[in-house]
Amino acid sequence: MSELLIKNAYVIDPLQGIHGDIMDISIRDGRIVDKVSGSCEVIDAAGNLTLPGGIDSHTHVCGTKVNFGRYMSPEDMRAGRTPRRGAMYPTSGYTVPTTYGNSYRYSKMGYTTLLEGAMAPMEARHTHEEFAATPMQDMLANTLFDGNWSLFEAVGDKDIRQAAAVIGWTLAAVKGFGIKLTNPGGTEAWGFGEDLASIDEEVPNWDITPREIIDTTIRACELLHLPHSVHLHCNNLGMPGNYRTTLETLDIPGDMNPDRQTLYLTHVQFHSYGGNTWGDIKSEAEKISDSINNKPQVVIDMGQVMFGRTMTMTADGPMEFRLYTLHHNKWSNHDVELETGSGIIPVYYSRKSSVNSIMWAIGLELALLVKNPWQCMLTTDNPNGAPFVKYPEIIGLLMSNKYRSKELSQVHKLTTDRTSLGSIDRELSFEEIAVMTRAGQAKALGIINQGKGHFREDALADIAIYPVKPDQTDPSLQYEEVIGAFQQTLYTLKDGVVVSRDGEVITGVANRTFWSKANLPEDMDVLKSPRFVEKFSRFYSVDLENYLVQDEYVQRGVAMNTGVNS
Amino acid sequence: MFHIEDKVRHIVCPYCGCLCDDILVELTDGRISGVENACTLGAHKFLDDADNRLKGPIMRKGDQWVDISYEEAIAYAVQTLSEADRPLLYGWSGCVTETQAIGAHLAELIGGVVDSTTSVCHGPSILAIQEVGHPGCTLGQVKNRADTIIYWGSNPIEAHPRHLSRYTNYADAYFLHNAFRERKVIVFDVRKTATSEIASEFVQLEQGGDYHVLSALRAIVRGREDVVPDMVAGVPKSQLIRVAEMCKKAKFGALFFGVGVTMTGGKYKNIRNAIEFVDELNRHTKWTISPMRGHSNVYGSNEVFTWITGYPYAVDYARGIAFYNPGETTAVDILARKEADAALIMASDPGAHFPRTCCEHLAKIPTILFDPYPSATTHLCTVQIPCAVNGIDAAGTAYRMDGIPIRTRKFLETGYPTDTSLMHEIYEQIRERKEHV
Repeated sequence: MSELLIKNAYVIDPLQGIHGDIMDISIRDGRIVDKVSGSCEVIDAAGNLTLPGGIDSHTHVCGTKVNFGRYMSPEDMRAGRTPRRGAMYPTSGYTVPTTYGNSYRYSKMGYTTLLEGAMAPMEARHTHEEFAATPMQDMLANTLFDGNWSLFEAVGDKDIRQAAAVIGWTLAAVKGFGIKLTNPGGTEAWGFGEDLASIDEEVPNWDITPREIIDTTIRACELLHLPHSVHLHCNNLGMPGNYRTTLETLDIPGDMNPDRQTLYLTHVQFHSYGGNTWGDIKSEAEKISDSINNKPQVVIDMGQVMFGRTMTMTADGPMEFRLYTLHHNKWSNHDVELETGSGIIPVYYSRKSSVNSIMWAIGLELALLVKNPWQCMLTTDNPNGAPFVKYPEIIGLLMSNKYRSKELSQVHKLTTDRTSLGSIDRELSFEEIAVMTRAGQAKALGIINQGKGHFREDALADIAIYPVKPDQTDPSLQYEEVIGAFQQTLYTLKDGVVVSRDGEVITGVANRTFWSKANLPEDMDVLKSPRFVEKFSRFYSVDLENYLVQDEYVQRGVAMNTGVNS
Repeated sequence: MFHIEDKVRHIVCPYCGCLCDDILVELTDGRISGVENACTLGAHKFLDDADNRLKGPIMRKGDQWVDISYEEAIAYAVQTLSEADRPLLYGWSGCVTETQAIGAHLAELIGGVVDSTTSVCHGPSILAIQEVGHPGCTLGQVKNRADTIIYWGSNPIEAHPRHLSRYTNYADAYFLHNAFRERKVIVFDVRKTATSEIASEFVQLEQGGDYHVLSALRAIVRGREDVVPDMVAGVPKSQLIRVAEMCKKAKFGALFFGVGVTMTGGKYKNIRNAIEFVDELNRHTKWTISPMRGHSNVYGSNEVFTWITGYPYAVDYARGIAFYNPGETTAVDILARKEADAALIMASDPGAHFPRTCCEHLAKIPTILFDPYPSATTHLCTVQIPCAVNGIDAAGTAYRMDGIPIRTRKFLETGYPTDTSLMHEIYEQIRERKEHV
């Protein structure tokens, strides 16, 4: 039995309604308890901000395309090298660090849970192998269904139950967590070099539309009672005028789930563009946030862009090709048979570019215009908008109008006319930031009951203590202190163990992989469907028996049981 | 244990980068007696296995080989690698990623160099990819969609015999009614090959002419055939125009290239040109390009080294950080400069493939070879440690040439230790030694 007491912590725990009380946190065997014995080890938090461990509900850190981003970019590996230090392995990379690089840097920022945003089912083993080498965080993998032929057939048949059967089987087969749709239908069209321009355009060869894919998948997700909602990367990412597609997509789902959103829209910054060309692009963040403010069934994440170099990587293959024809930078593409696509190109976001500056402003507008912080998560779609190490600066921008104005004066001058950022004076509080970086993310992912995102009794003792005393700090003016504090915890605890301290990773604890195990009735057994099995015997290039991800890849897997109501 | 006529299915062939996973193996009295679905190369990997295994670790003593125990072999490896100033850890293409990962960590622990056979096969391809990227796809995408296939500097009928039947010309396709009849195969090579015999178009170019021919094709696709001379590296302009049209008319094209392009004059610039040719074609229709990787898990070594070290091969930890500079930190170069003072060779055969000066140097320094079978490298090494064979009596992860990770299957119990367990033991013992210094 191991016990630990954190004393004098300035606790914000939004899920419990604790709004900044000085209190003690007791830990026994990795979990929060009511009290511990008097003789246990004590950490004095000395009034510093103490939050549940950070959760990133949308990041790209492990798997085929992340690794290909590293593979094709020795220049990026050279840009972030660290030698072995104590328990820390050497690391390489700045925008796409090695797995240990990602893990240590997130840990130092207080993050203990990461959701990999896009795992192709057929390449799931790769993601899980990298999860095992990302030791400081518990991991989840959103699984790509945007071009899944078996799902398409169910959509074409308007058979929600069959769609649920395909999704349930696949998640269990590849040890995936939730459903990711990336440019639904568009990645399949890209198989022949095409894309789709609207959610009502038919997917070539399939007689279905993105709208039907999205709607059926949402209903199937709710039928399966998956912890997380459908996680959607809308069609038309990055196109001027794409806000119309986003608004139409926002109108698809009703409110179907009392515990969480029904639809999670990711990196909405990239989907909130007005105008018709790169020349007249402008922000439509007000229209998008108005829609979200009227739809409690929707949660978004920002997908904030920050200036500097980064690597874009997404399952949205056609979008990356368009980006390539703009940038003429090196371009990689990787279509995955019967399932999805992907693409990668490096980019440099410049404050001298009107387009990049407007993108930067739109992300901030969204976070400030969406009234309820539980509906807007803080992300950069790491590393697409910026590497995650920029999160503290984003926190600073959201908490300080002064800092924002200062930065706004440094970007391309068109930004003031083409966005509303300069007219917004809202400043987010520490509590709102806590919602957007852990509590809201736990709720959106449906992992509150797994002990994530709060300090209720029996919660996992994942804790971040930041060197800032909220009752003595005015973030509006002292934003630099706030940024510094969020860059490096005093202590990061995972499962009740101090894993990093003052920026040094001290030790690791075995990480977990959460995956969804749908328990389905016999009539939903896809392996009894000849049409489903034929995919493997005729069209996949691996046998069904070798497709299934073996238990060896989730040695510390936590199966989240779900299923349909009988 | 196994009954006569036992059949095991869905076995993954550990021979080449195709990583065929539909192999059926027949066992008689615990021995492999038959193999179905595999090509000749793969079948012999299975059928000849039992007769070729080294019985146990051996050590060179003067002119003699002496049998030693696994404990002695490990102790020798631990001592040699711990005391080395410039250890080279090379090979890794036939073992599982779990072993490769330990190799990368071991290199870091002892400040050594870790490199895979990549540096003598598709290393140049990776350099090109690092300049211009890689528009690729999984092999099933080609199988289901491609109507036009190019093999360039590659002879799959002899080197990857099932590539055509599983993934390209002879494979079932979702989007083609009669795939075999509708598909066109274009072969670029300097000589006639078994593959050129089945091509609908064979482009025979002069040795070393790949870069010129690719440049000419790019010009034609861009609408600048006016700058192309009448003959390019032995190929008539009219043929190049015809081929470029075929490429542009394809609904889905796939270009596969082999070491015939990477290891000829121009090296990585050839590949860069080929990738940019494919980039150009993507402005007209859909094309992908893919290297024909040789060893079963050479691509896995690139993947694992990348997520651990940041680089796909040729990683030097001498300065405590990962340093990558092919041409300097590649195995051949380190051996040619006679820098390495100890070598660990895992699951590969540099004795058969490296330049003579490199082999001579390997023979001079303590060289520890992990290989189940005697090989050309046996003649150079100090100690050889046989281990279980990935895909026969050991299981683990391997990455197909297109990046698909597959778990190989263990279907025989032979008692040989796995390379993963041996490497783990060596790593742990060296780590403990370091902590006590």
